[in-house]
This record gives sequence, C-alpha cells and structure tokens, in this order.
Amino acid sequence: MTQLPPLSAKKLGLVIDLDTCVGCHACVVSCKGWNTENYGAPLSDQQAYGANPSGTFLNRVHSFEVQPEQGEAQLIHFPKSCLHCEDAPCVTVCPTGASYKRTEDGIVLVNESDCIGCGLCAWACPYGARELDAKEGVMKKCTLCVDRIYNENLPEEDRQPACVRTCPAGARHFGDLGDENSDVSQLVAERGGFDLMPEQGTKPVNKYLPPRPKDEMPEFDVLAPYLEPVAQDGKGFVGWLDKALSAMPGGAK
Amino acid sequence: MHPANSVILFNTFSGLGFGLLFWLGMGVIVPTGTSAFIWFAIAYLFAVGGLIASTFHLGHPERAIKAFSQWKTSWLSREGVCAVFALIVMAIYGAGLVFAGARLGITGFIGAIASLGVVFTTSMIYTQMKTVPRWRHWTTPAMYLMLSLGGGALLAGQIKIAAVLLIAGGILQMFAWGSGDTRFKASGTTMESATGLGHIGTVRAFEPPHTGTNYLMREFIHQVGRKHVEKLRIITIGLAFLLPVVLLILPFSHVFAALAVVSHIAGVLTLRWLFFAQAEHVVGLYYGKR
Repeated sequence: MTQLPPLSAKKLGLVIDLDTCVGCHACVVSCKGWNTENYGAPLSDQQAYGANPSGTFLNRVHSFEVQPEQGEAQLIHFPKSCLHCEDAPCVTVCPTGASYKRTEDGIVLVNESDCIGCGLCAWACPYGARELDAKEGVMKKCTLCVDRIYNENLPEEDRQPACVRTCPAGARHFGDLGDENSDVSQLVAERGGFDLMPEQGTKPVNKYLPPRPKDEMPEFDVLAPYLEPVAQDGKGFVGWLDKALSAMPGGAK
Repeated sequence: MHPANSVILFNTFSGLGFGLLFWLGMGVIVPTGTSAFIWFAIAYLFAVGGLIASTFHLGHPERAIKAFSQWKTSWLSREGVCAVFALIVMAIYGAGLVFAGARLGITGFIGAIASLGVVFTTSMIYTQMKTVPRWRHWTTPAMYLMLSLGGGALLAGQIKIAAVLLIAGGILQMFAWGSGDTRFKASGTTMESATGLGHIGTVRAFEPPHTGTNYLMREFIHQVGRKHVEKLRIITIGLAFLLPVVLLILPFSHVFAALAVVSHIAGVLTLRWLFFAQAEHVVGLYYGKR
C-alpha cells in the first residue's frame, strides 16, 4: 500500500555524527557486502573492472569543504543513505504499492516483486537515497538492515545495521528515534541533531550531528620571534644577494 | 533531469492523440463509416503508441498491470486508470460512428473529458515533484492541456481553434520558461540546507562519493540542455507555435496543413526534450551540480 500508515510510535533510524566521520567509506563497503547477498536482488555493478565503472549502492559518502567567513576551511565527510522519512514522498508516488513504510517501526522498504522499475520514487526523493539497479530493473534502497536488526540467528552485538556495526570511528548510531529516552534521541538532543533539507517537508527520521567548532589556536610558539623568516626588507647581506642575483641575466624580478 | 526518449515520445504523441480524441468526442467533427475509422485510427495510433513507448523505460514492463492499483495516492496510477477508461469509452463512441453511423453524444462527451483527464494526470506526475522546483507550478498542467488541445485541434483540421490555442500556448510557454528560471532559487533548497552545514560557512562539493558516475547522476544531472537553452527555446517557439499558425493562416492547402502538423510535432518534441533536460533536481546539490 502506498498510502502512508498512521505515524508509528517506534521510529527506527540512524544518527550520523559529522564531527566523528573520517570518510573511510567502510560503511559503504559493508553495506554493499551485506545487502548484495541478503535481502532482495543483489546490488549489481556495471563494468566493475572496465573503463567506466558504475554500480548500485545504498549508502554513499560525500565530502564537502566548508569555508567560514574567517579562519580555515573545514573538510566534512558526509555519509548519506535513506532517511526513512515520516512523510516519505517516495512511498505515495509509487503506482504499484511496491514502496511502503512499515507500521511497526517506520522502516521504508520496497517489495521488489511488485516494483515495475518506473523510477518515480527516486525522482520524488530529494536525498538520492534510491537507485534503480541496472541489472535487475528494480529500485534498491537502504532497508536499515531489516534482516539483521531482528535476526535472532546473529549474536546480539551484530543485530544492528551493517554500516553501524562496521564504523571504526563510532560515527554512526542506530536506535529508536521515536523514544525520547533512547540513546540516539538523547544524543540528538545533546548535540543539536538536525534534518537534511527540512524545507522539503519530508520529516526525516535519521538525524545528523553537526561538526563541533574548531579550536582557535593562539600564537603560542615562544621560539617564533627568534626564527624570523628570511628578511623581506632588503637590508644587509640577504638584501645585497637578492639585488645581485636579480640583476644577473634571467634573474627573478 | 535525464530526457528519456520513451517518455518524450509518450508525452508528445499521447498528448496529441488524446487531444484529437477530445475534439472527436466533443463532436467538433462527426465523421461516419470509413472516414470515422481513419480518424479514430490516427487518434488511437498516437495515444496508444505513446502509452506503449512509455513502458520502454520501465525495468519490469511485464508487471505494468500492478500500476493500476494505487490510484488513491499515485498520479502515475491515476493516469493509467484514466487512460484505460478514456480509451474504452472513446472506442464505444468510435464504434457507434464507424459501424452504425450513430453519434452517442453523452458517451463522446464523457470520453472527451476523460481524454483531457489523462493529459492532466500525466502533467501532475511532474507537477507533484517538490524535488524539481521548475515543474512544481500551475503552468505545468496548464501547458500540457494547452498543447494537447491545440495539437488535437490542429490534427482535427480546426484551423481557427488551433490558431488561437497555439498562439495562447506559445505565450503561456514563454511565461512558464521565464517564471521557471527563478523557481529553483525560490524553493530555498541549497547546498547549505542539503548538508545542514550552512551555519559554519559556504559549502563546496570537495570530493564525490565515487570516481565514476551512478544512477542518480545519470538520471538527475543533465547540463547540456541548459547550455543551449536560448537557442532551443527559439526553435521550440518557431516550430511548435509560430510556423504552424502562419501555415494555417495561409490559403488552405493540404500540403500546408501537413507541414503545420509536422512542424508542430517537431516543435513539441523539442519542447518536451527541454522540459526534462532543463529541469534541475535538488539531489544534484549533493554533487555540487544541477
């Protein structure tokens, strides 16, 4: 059914810490590894070893440079996958009912045997969270590792999404964002977690934690005054050398 | 947005076909017998041909029947339901004219409205996209309806109606382009809101997530259309609206009428190509592109 269900009390999702992410892409690899051999159609690659490789991924890491008005630019690694929106536009546009949001935990999924591969849900998603698999012709998206998180065949520590389990920096957190006492909700409250593109009105469940402000480094080096760089005022021996070398044929002006 | 050939063909030819069915259903021309058969064959060739072309971009066209189920929320589903309804009703109306020489007035009227309904529901598939600010405006459905009515009248040989609708369509299209050029900016979605990093400073895409391309970039980021946009707009206005109107005003000849139709179709194909190629999806912001 592509009608959105009534809001679920439980809202499973991710909290991604942009302060901690080191941009190693381990989450991208573990996501592809788990999801290509489990739930649904595999995530195919085209010309994986050819001149123009391309493939289906459910999670991708962008890197952005942010230039403040004063001070140094910052480099911020930015993992992006499905945000399991409360008001998911990808669900309501689906003509076949393949795209749906679960009532019990709010996870947005695709029933691949109903998907006609029209691509409209990917058009409706502002985040680029859905990719049409070029080989299977069906829409692929993050399942929040629905086949891990409830899987009693796995040890308890593995019952979380593959990207969270693998992150070496601890930049990804998984939990119930509908419960305000959960670890993830408290983290969001503490760190000022925010929504991506709030103006699109999708009400994403996943939240992002902002990078912490950079430390201001004061001029602190006691030796600095004694280690002045080469004189730039053109006096003394260096000044004479500068003029003499500049005067030679081919000399720097 | 990627201008997919199948979707451009669908939008152009189904629009014309359903436009012709509208005028046939309204009884602007009431052919009977063999002549009715030819009129309806042309209309169905365009309308159904376009619909079939539209299935070519599907990953699983064999499951297309499932697309009729979600009419409560999905404009694509509504379009499918509307198209089947319009085609069945107009087939009954057409059969009456071809085989019995009888005009089932009410049936034709219902079929005509349903034919316009198909065009409207198609346009809403695009208009509903908040992610493509250029499309999210009343000019999108207005332009789809105007083109379908104008092109349909042209095919039906209704010189006066066609000339008026084409002139109005040309003016409306220029307004749609002009106002559309400002809508991405007006939507308020920026790299800063996309990343939530605007409070720190100016955001620039430093490194994409992959060395090659991907589905998202192929589908949503298309810059060639905008590079030549001025020329393409002039070509569109000339071929789709101006030349057909001039040819219609000239003393009637079948050659001029045929040329007007050919010119209009070429113009609308350009217009539809531009409709997609020019439209910017907000996801491009994550790649620092539009």
